[in-house]
Amino acid sequence: MDQIGPVVVDGIIYSAWLFIAAVGLTLIYGVMKIVNVTHGSFYALGAYAGASAAGAWLARGYPPMLSYAVLLLAAVLVTLVFAPLIERGLLRFMYAKDEVVILLITYALFLILEDTIKLIWGVDPYFVAQPYALLGSFEIGGLRYPTYNLILVGLALVSGGGLAWILRGTRVGKLLLTVIHDPEMSRAMGVNVGRFYLVTFTFGSMLAAIAGSFTAPTVSVVPGLGVDVIVLSFAVVVIGGLGSVPGAALGAVIVGLARSVSVHYMPQVELFVIYSVMAVVLAFRPRGLFSLVEPRRI
Amino acid sequence: MKRDRMLFLLGAALAAVIAGGPLLPQWALFILTIAFAQGLVALGLMLLLRAGLVSFGQALYYCIGAYTAGGLGRAFGVSDVFLQMIAGAAMAALVAFVLGFLLAKYRGIFFGLLSLALSMILYGLIVKSEALGSTDGLNVARSTLFGVRPAADWVRYAVAVAAAFAGLGAATLVHLFLKTPLGRLAPAIKDNEIRVEYMGASVRYAIHVQYVIAATLAGVGGALAATTVGHIDPEMAYWTTSGEFIFIAILAGTGSVLAPFLGALLFGAIHGLAYDLSPHTWQMSLGTALLLVIVFLPEGLWSLFVRRRTA
Repeated sequence: MDQIGPVVVDGIIYSAWLFIAAVGLTLIYGVMKIVNVTHGSFYALGAYAGASAAGAWLARGYPPMLSYAVLLLAAVLVTLVFAPLIERGLLRFMYAKDEVVILLITYALFLILEDTIKLIWGVDPYFVAQPYALLGSFEIGGLRYPTYNLILVGLALVSGGGLAWILRGTRVGKLLLTVIHDPEMSRAMGVNVGRFYLVTFTFGSMLAAIAGSFTAPTVSVVPGLGVDVIVLSFAVVVIGGLGSVPGAALGAVIVGLARSVSVHYMPQVELFVIYSVMAVVLAFRPRGLFSLVEPRRI
Repeated sequence: MKRDRMLFLLGAALAAVIAGGPLLPQWALFILTIAFAQGLVALGLMLLLRAGLVSFGQALYYCIGAYTAGGLGRAFGVSDVFLQMIAGAAMAALVAFVLGFLLAKYRGIFFGLLSLALSMILYGLIVKSEALGSTDGLNVARSTLFGVRPAADWVRYAVAVAAAFAGLGAATLVHLFLKTPLGRLAPAIKDNEIRVEYMGASVRYAIHVQYVIAATLAGVGGALAATTVGHIDPEMAYWTTSGEFIFIAILAGTGSVLAPFLGALLFGAIHGLAYDLSPHTWQMSLGTALLLVIVFLPEGLWSLFVRRRTA
């Protein structure tokens, strides 16, 4: 069992990545009851924006340490362009429709965004490896890991903790909980529900874009990048319970560890394990491990 | 009994394929056959859609059908189109029968997500399995028909006719099924499940049956696609493949058993045309088309015909 150390470290790193990529999805579902397929598009948008912005930054010879800020800023900016456009321009007219219909609408949007990305950035791959290599590496149990991975873990902790704090500790968070509980009653009480939806959608998508932009230095950014992320985030979010932030954390840890165990001991079953966990959880706890009780509506 | 116009239409479509087939170029026959294969899957989705269920994992059965057909050829040298379709259908039905016990309990978004997970499990299995060709997939031997190997120029025509028989035959059966009490239950389930239960019908049984039928049709479609394309790969089980089927089913609407096949033809046309005009934006055209249909024609393109006739 001398592999246990690396299994855990890999698991934690992968879980952190999964959490950032997926938590926005659960937030958007929790508030708006939208299963948002465009989440993967925002991941890809973030990756492209981050890669091209950081690439341009480094090519000009600006201080490389600031390239992390550029990655973050690029993700934020690209979301601020696209997310409000999608929410205000289309989705807000669709909230009355069935959950499944909205899912299909976001699927259509996903198809459109896939090609929008190709139109903006072309089809050639982007590489920006410098931010990844810049921080050097650290050693655990005789194995070297790039320090960059710690940024992902830090981001996951910050975004998870920040979300928990906003939801539980602030006025806005409490108002948001009322919107989640009963949008109509909140509206009657003078809460601007439309604005909450806009902010939630933008913020949730932004998290996906940040995950994308911070993944960009570790991979080559190519078209179709977000396609895998969609189902992976679905798996994470469904395992934890749609709409639950702690659930997304739990789902990320379960999927992260399951994957790293299978990669180390039985690489043939990697994907199989992830989706099997999803199917098993759905089979026994259809609403996920941290499910909220939903009143039956007739 | 009133004469059924739909049966007449289906027969006419079959006759048109048999008579018109030899006049069509090879590529058109290919598109036609693939449209029948995808139409079969969409026909199954239509059954589920009528009950208010959207399966985001119908690619599971498409892929099972394809790999069964491919495996039959590799292991036993069977390349007969009809045998492959029957085997693909049987395998898909078997798997769906077992999984149906689980899925029939689910509704709405959870039905979609669970079916998605199941199809991704198969994808994960095939991708990492050397015996099944991993990500490269496998080649499928050239099709034969009742032990006869058609001349090279006629293979496509022969397969297209077989596809027409399978597709339109299935459409006829589904059309008749929709008139049975069980078939008529689906819209009621969509409207109000509890009332259906009070009426004395079992919702779970009805959904289970329709799920197995849908899977069987997808299995036939998959086998047909395998023998037509001559190649199978794990992408057939990927979620984007399921997305395409849903696209076709939504485009077509649930108005008629002929609609999924027209939807599949139209999908092929949009796909081909968009790909031809601008290779990098064909998904955008598809997405826009889907969006327009959902927003302006929630009952699908078939509703255009219906409205015009009644007006």
